[in-house]
This record gives sequence, C-alpha cells and structure tokens, in this order.
Amino acid sequence: MTHTRRLQLKTIPLILICIILGPLGNVFLGKAMKSIGSLNSTSVAELVPVASRVLMSGYIWLGIACLLGFFTVHMLLLTWADYSYVQPAGSLSYVSIAMLSYLLLGEAISPLRWLGVAVICLGVFVVGRTSPSTTGARTNA
Amino acid sequence: MREAVLFFFIVVAGTAGELCVSRAMKSIGEVHDFSPKSLLRFILQALRLPWMWLGIALMSVGFFSLLAILSFQEVSFVVPVTALSYAAGAFGAKAFLGERISAHRWMGIAVVCLGVTIVWWSRR
Repeated sequence: MTHTRRLQLKTIPLILICIILGPLGNVFLGKAMKSIGSLNSTSVAELVPVASRVLMSGYIWLGIACLLGFFTVHMLLLTWADYSYVQPAGSLSYVSIAMLSYLLLGEAISPLRWLGVAVICLGVFVVGRTSPSTTGARTNA
Repeated sequence: MREAVLFFFIVVAGTAGELCVSRAMKSIGEVHDFSPKSLLRFILQALRLPWMWLGIALMSVGFFSLLAILSFQEVSFVVPVTALSYAAGAFGAKAFLGERISAHRWMGIAVVCLGVTIVWWSRR
C-alpha cells in the first residue's frame, strides 16, 4: 500500500464526517439568526440585547456544538493533510448545505442555485483528485 | 454593500485563521493515536501555540460576520458564496505554508469560482 493510499484511507472517512457536521451547524445558526431578525444596527448599545437574545436561543448552541465537532475533526485532518487538499475535498458540503437548507429551513433552491452548487462540486472533484500532502507532515515517532 | 463587507470578513479573516491553525497543527506533527488521552494531550499542545490563538481570533471575526449575514440572507446562498475561500486558501497556502498548488488544482479552484458566480446570480 502506497503512502498516498494509506493517507486517503484515513482522510476520506474524516472528511465525510466534516461534510455532515459543518453544514448542519450552519443550518442551525441560520435558524437561530433568522428568529432574531435582520441585524441592521451598527450601534454597540443595541448589540448587547441582540447578543443576549442570540445566546438564549437553543439553536445557536446546537449549531456551535456541530461546528465544534467539525472543527475538531478538521484540525485532526490538518495534522497530516495539506490545507489546500482538505478545504476543497470538504466542499462537497455545498451539496449537503443546499439539501439541509431545503429540508430543515424550507428555503427554495432555484435551478440556477443548484447549477452553481453543482459547478462548485465539479471544481471540488477536480481538486480532490490530487495528492493529500505535498510538503510532508513531520511525524511524532 | 453590507453583504460584500461581511463576505470579505468571512472569506479573508476565516481563511487567514485556518492557515494559522494549519501552521500550528503541522508543527505538532501527524496524529497516529486516536485514544482520548492522546487526543487531550494533542489539544493541550495545540493551545500552547501562538499561531493557534491568532488563528482562533481571526476565525472568530469570520464567525461573527457569518452570524450577521445569516440574520438576513438564506443559508443556501451564504454558504456557497463563502466557497470563495478556495481561491483565498490556495493563494495563502502557497505563500504562507509553502504548499505546491498544481495546475490541476488551480483548474479546480477556477471551476469552484465559476460556481460561486452562478450562485451569486441566484441572489434574492
């Protein structure tokens, strides 16, 4: 088994976890922020009540929990895989974000938007088929 | 305009933060052992690195900008547009982490940017 193959065997499952947790977190954040209403004010005095309302929302914490899980897995990945590999490969999350926004938030996804998401994923597919590491991570023996 | 400023913070601060975190992580080295004890040691080790904290600060700026834009825009619009961080990430990884970006990868990144443009057209 080549070094690249071995790296991919542990890299791909962790990327899949990222693809689910990251978008789920964003969907929950969106749900929380929409319930607060549009943030128009630039005055600091008005930010305090808004911030406290945000922090009281259960969805914001659910979203933050998902994103923390995502962040931890992402950090693990970055100890051996190139940033410029992990970031594009994880971007299949744009498909899951569109599906989750439709299913959980009821957002209407126009055909144009689906086309944009599909093109992004095509770009991801092109980028994803390159070697996970070009600089060679140092190893703790 | 408000959207453009917030997207700028999400993409630039968020990407710069991730690059700092990546730099911190690479200096720790590849993780081989996934037991809770060694994961805890790994986290404590990471939190001692200044790059890690700079990265967290920058990513926080990006995060609060994301919250602000989500208060008035759709999730399915905002998140795909943040894919612009691919281009930012490739430039940053090349300049700051010394990663080699192949022509193949640049091509993929260009396609991603085209996709972002199409999503932008779908803005309501």
